[in-house]
Amino acid sequence: MLWRHITGGPGWELTRNPFDELERIRREMDVLREGLSGGQWREAFAGVFPLMNVTEDNNNYYVRAELPGIPSNQLDISVTGDTLSVSGEKVVPSEDENAKYHRRERDAGSFSRVISLPGQVDTDKVAATSENGILTVTLPKAESTKPKQITVKAA
Amino acid sequence: MTTNESKSLQAREKSEVSSSTEQTRPGPVFTPTVDIFETPENLTLVADLPGVTADDLNIDLKENILTLSGEAAQEAGNDEQDILREYRTGTYLREFTLSEMIDQQGIEANLKDGVLTLTLPKVKAATPRKITVKTA
Repeated sequence: MLWRHITGGPGWELTRNPFDELERIRREMDVLREGLSGGQWREAFAGVFPLMNVTEDNNNYYVRAELPGIPSNQLDISVTGDTLSVSGEKVVPSEDENAKYHRRERDAGSFSRVISLPGQVDTDKVAATSENGILTVTLPKAESTKPKQITVKAA
Repeated sequence: MTTNESKSLQAREKSEVSSSTEQTRPGPVFTPTVDIFETPENLTLVADLPGVTADDLNIDLKENILTLSGEAAQEAGNDEQDILREYRTGTYLREFTLSEMIDQQGIEANLKDGVLTLTLPKVKAATPRKITVKTA
């Protein structure tokens, strides 16, 4: 009985590292979370509506946002040298008093977001389109932001 | 009537599901947010489906199960490089079971600005008829 007590009967856990169990649980939770999120990439979640995707090619920056249900004339978009500001209001038309809601998942409300761009843009040539609820803003890069090839002169 | 101040809209990540059937196109599958409300004449379903055109939207009704599925257009051109990606695009999928009181022939769908409005009229109750008895 003494042998069993030393090698790990019940009650022996008091002298082991009490955090072992917590470590094991934390590792398993990490694996679980990895599995839930698809594990492919973590998105930056700014927490501000609307969520935006920003891409670039050699000449332009493109900013896209999902804004379903907001007609293009209700969006307020303005741009300065290197920031883009999008604001507006999403209206969910309230139905008459006879209507009974069974489910209400779509949010309504006002939003405003300012995003800084990685470089200066040519504010005169910025264009925005809204199609199927997706806003696409095309911002041509200022000349100073465009990449320029530099040739190396042989000595 | 009290005036309400507009509350500010919160950002929400789209909820992704792993669908039970395999997708023919690769990409994530999301559950679109819907509002469902009922008036005495109709049941109306409003769904947010940004990026889906009428051609890419399928509304199927089979054995009282209504299936909405839509493919959102690929956003960026192939030459573009990502700087910031806060949301993904993919397929939207959601299924509902309709009760028998829906008149399936009269369902109407309207897609505007990425919002689908589906109007499902209710079956009109059988109008009471007075039956006259013919004397032979």
